[in-house]
Amino acid sequence: MAVTTMIGAKIHRREDPRLVSGEGRYVDDFTRPGCVALAVVRSPHAHALVKSIDITQAAKAPGVVAVYTHKDFVKVLSGTMPVTPSFVAEKKQSPPRFPIADKEVVYQGEPVAVVLAETKYQASDASNLIEVEYETLPAVMDLDKALEAKSPTVHSGAPDNLGWDLTYIPDDPAVMKEADVVIKVRILQQRIAPTSMETRGVLAEYSKPDGTLTVWMSSQSPHFVRLFLGGAMGIPENRLRVISPDVGGGFGAKISPYSEDWLVPAAAKLSGRPVKWIESRTESLQTTTHGRGQVFEVEAGAKKDGTLVFIKATQYLDAGAYMGTFAAFQACACLLAGGAYNWKHVAARTVGVLTNKVPTDPYRGAGRPEATHLCERAIDLLAGALKMDPAEIRRKNFITTFPHTNHFGLVFDSGAYEKALDMAMKIAGYEKLRKEQEEGRKKGKYLGIGLSSWIEICGFGPSAATAPATGGIALVESAQVRVFPTGSVAVYVGTHSHGQGHDTTFPQIVADTLGVPYDSIELRHGDTAEGPAFGYGTYGSRSLAVGGMAVHKASKKIVDKARKLAAHMFEAAEEDIAFDQGQFYVKGSPDKRKAFGEVAFASYGAGLPEGMEQGLEAVAYYDPSNFVWPFGTHIAVVEVDPETGHVDLKRYIAVDDCGNIINPMIVDGQIHGGVAQGISQALYEEVVYDNESGQMRTGTFTDYLLPSANEFPIFELGRTITPSPTNELGVKGIGEAGTIASSIAVINAICDALAPLGIKHVDMPASPDRLWKQIQEASGGSSNGKEARK
Amino acid sequence: MIPAAFEYARASSVEEAVKLLKNYGEDAKVLAGGHSLIPLMRLRLAQPSALVDINGIKGLDQIKESGGKLHIGALARHVSIHNSQVVKDKLPLLAEVAAEVGDNQIRNMGTIGGVVAHADAAGDYPTIALMLDADIVTNKRTIAAKDFFKDIFTTPLAADEIVTEIVFPVANGPHKYIKFRRRLFDWAIVGAAAQKMDGGWRIGLTNVGPTPVRAKAVEEALHKGAKPEEAAQHASDGLNPSGDLRASPEYKKHLARVLTKRAIEQAG
Ligand SMILES: Cc1cc2nc3c(=O)[nH]c(=O)nc-3n(C[C@H](O)[C@H](O)[C@H](O)COP(=O)(O)OP(=O)(O)OC[C@H]3O[C@@H](n4cnc5c(N)ncnc54)[C@H](O)[C@@H]3O)c2cc1C
Repeated sequence: MAVTTMIGAKIHRREDPRLVSGEGRYVDDFTRPGCVALAVVRSPHAHALVKSIDITQAAKAPGVVAVYTHKDFVKVLSGTMPVTPSFVAEKKQSPPRFPIADKEVVYQGEPVAVVLAETKYQASDASNLIEVEYETLPAVMDLDKALEAKSPTVHSGAPDNLGWDLTYIPDDPAVMKEADVVIKVRILQQRIAPTSMETRGVLAEYSKPDGTLTVWMSSQSPHFVRLFLGGAMGIPENRLRVISPDVGGGFGAKISPYSEDWLVPAAAKLSGRPVKWIESRTESLQTTTHGRGQVFEVEAGAKKDGTLVFIKATQYLDAGAYMGTFAAFQACACLLAGGAYNWKHVAARTVGVLTNKVPTDPYRGAGRPEATHLCERAIDLLAGALKMDPAEIRRKNFITTFPHTNHFGLVFDSGAYEKALDMAMKIAGYEKLRKEQEEGRKKGKYLGIGLSSWIEICGFGPSAATAPATGGIALVESAQVRVFPTGSVAVYVGTHSHGQGHDTTFPQIVADTLGVPYDSIELRHGDTAEGPAFGYGTYGSRSLAVGGMAVHKASKKIVDKARKLAAHMFEAAEEDIAFDQGQFYVKGSPDKRKAFGEVAFASYGAGLPEGMEQGLEAVAYYDPSNFVWPFGTHIAVVEVDPETGHVDLKRYIAVDDCGNIINPMIVDGQIHGGVAQGISQALYEEVVYDNESGQMRTGTFTDYLLPSANEFPIFELGRTITPSPTNELGVKGIGEAGTIASSIAVINAICDALAPLGIKHVDMPASPDRLWKQIQEASGGSSNGKEARK
Repeated sequence: MIPAAFEYARASSVEEAVKLLKNYGEDAKVLAGGHSLIPLMRLRLAQPSALVDINGIKGLDQIKESGGKLHIGALARHVSIHNSQVVKDKLPLLAEVAAEVGDNQIRNMGTIGGVVAHADAAGDYPTIALMLDADIVTNKRTIAAKDFFKDIFTTPLAADEIVTEIVFPVANGPHKYIKFRRRLFDWAIVGAAAQKMDGGWRIGLTNVGPTPVRAKAVEEALHKGAKPEEAAQHASDGLNPSGDLRASPEYKKHLARVLTKRAIEQAG
């Protein structure tokens, strides 16, 4: 019999035919009889007192069913929106957040009223008739100014704008003195908007007779929503069902619960009608949590021979007007500030700052792109100061022995950093590129080569580490495998696929473990009424390393039971039973076999072994022993037009190592998307607020720049495989890798290109107008002078 | 992102459209490709009381040469202008410009009449119309391009006036349009056009002010024998562009000079 395995097979995503042919079912594709549309009236101001709300005209408008404000919602909602400790256990302050404003609005877009109407058009029209009288207050928009003693406060009556200030490891002045060269750099991580194709949306139906609530929601973690929403509405989990059907992208912004996630179900309860709200693109840019929004002050030192001595990073995080549920997760940038390298000392401090903007929260990579960015920038600056090749300084200082415990006590499970660097350099033709660069410089061509040797912590993640971070619930993962009498299999998982391809990869794992045909396995997720009691959702590149392992573990429980039953059927001892390619036989007589399906059928019959229950199904919770640590090296090649500041991204090479691979095509797809998103931050995306008025200036896709496929070269991918010792499958995560690595690869390439002009650092997004200005300043011309070089 | 309520009617002739516009009154608007108007309505920045759809008017998309001029019907889509053999032969610059407008969806829907009537400062055709002294023909009159683009989003068109065609001179000498933008489908941050015509150069600029600009100082310098690089220094003479998220006024002026130089040098 030919040995076939599904694990590692490059098979097409089975969800794609449905999704690309428009058959996907998103929140807006669902409705309920009698459903009304909800429109949200939002604060146009960043900071103001709400003096009065006049709903008279709106209430009389055609089709209007109800208008609700704060005073109505307090009848059915209690408590405040959740804020977890994450990486900062003690906050200086975390302003309590109710899903709708009462007397004060603290960011543009904060809900002040909702309108329910028979159609979305009527709801939208009527929402324009609500008259809110505001008294504007000074808005705190600037991160630096927010911390000044005389700064106005984000919330009236607050002592200041400090959310947290935590030093993980202080300086070590003695070690700092050992460095021969020291560099300093201030790095901006601009706010960016996680722009998934499907915006947020909620549909809720409350049944008064039995007190049950069903909510359809575009979410990455429906079980957490159920937990939190149940608390807010006083509905136990067994009466509250959250369904996240197909979800058109999340990127981290659909983990935490939002105001509307509470307001829509609450409005359904108040009105007795099913209620639907679908976020518009402008609402999305304005009110869905933003990513990044940080400033880093970095200092690093090395010896003359290139040996790294110390790195010190201070993170200032623009938290927005309230703490996002996982805002402090982004402080993990501090814990990975040392990157892939041996340093004698790493110092890190995080400062969370409140501003009158929408909260920030995890966005693809969350903290890890920032860590890679600051570390890899520092490494390049040190290389520049030492006149060393950037590849050489990396090679010289890589961590080479594993497991490796970093300065913060985190244990890197496995790695082979130099191997990935070598492969990336080989694909790039590094030596040749350097020659081209040298030649080009003589002709006024500004070619730049940027390296990014990245590492990542993911696979959240051990119960002991994560329960304190969430405030109680350990981030393990659950799975249930059900084998039906005729041998078809249903797998229920607590992770949530919104682009990751779980429908394909998880059945690949089950097919190998059970030895049943891949096509006989169905994956189900995203409905809290199905499968295990709790699921933990998808974020932090955890699904395979934690959820995949839960699937594997549950499948093995099935095999164990089936083996016992097969032994009974063969009248043999259990130890003597072999299981191979979905067939049981007695060792030594492989010609007499029982297929898995036969055993499954028998499990529903009579005459089972003493004490064995009928049926063939199993639930497993998997608690990993550690995080997993993917890594790799990316190389970007750019040419900068010195006359216009335009960056031409000529090539992009990505070598990634995520341990064993379940499906190479899906891994490549994750890298493609991630790389594009990181490049996009480096060159295009930026949320801009007017610092005076607090108004967002990037409220549509005309102003908020998202690149299209046209703007990217074909990515050149390579792969090394270093299995993780943390789990039996040897897998790590790959969902965020591309984003973690790529922004700094591009920025390092631009800095490299402009090095001959004496430009040391370039911030994101490296837009042509900014680069042109920097080039002007560097070449001594005033910015209104003639052309750059002439 | 939901427009305010409006009436809708579809016209099958220019006369009918004009009559409908008259009946609906001041707040009615013509609907052509909808790729400028509908986004504005969705943001409720435009709230017309009625739309008079002209897409059903036969022949309004005609492209032809007649009397030594190139006539482009107001309803001609960007994609048709780009693909038209007549345009390629008689005014290849225009065919090239059409290929640079927006993305496929926009080129399939958007019309030249819509761009001209909308008079967005970043519109590409207005630059070409202005620098080549094109005429804008309506159901009432013929207006020279230099009298048409008076301010941003502002034209002499009356509420019941419909653009029927744009009439360009024939010019098939060396030409080039360079559009500086962030993404392939974007509007110009700045655009520069160069066309050799009647023994001299015509130079036009996009998005360096509220209206398109004809860079006469550059044309004159070239006429006097200046090298492209020297002449292009005059591209920013008298410009006073406003800054936006993508470019400061200084940067726009700088781009005007650089792109003008490149357009002249690359004109072929
Ligand atoms: C993402 C995006 C990118 C774009 N990029 C570019 C670009 O790079 N360059 C560029 O030039 N354009 C660009 N456009 C605009 C596009 O070319 C539009 O199609 C054009 O501006 C308007 O043409 P329309 O036919 O769609 O007009 P509509 O949107 O239907 O109408 C626009 C206005 O003109 C009026 N109007 C239309 N036709 C007539 C007529 N015959 N007589 C009188 N009034 C009329 C309408 O009443 C309305 O006020 C872009 C649009 C989008 C959405």
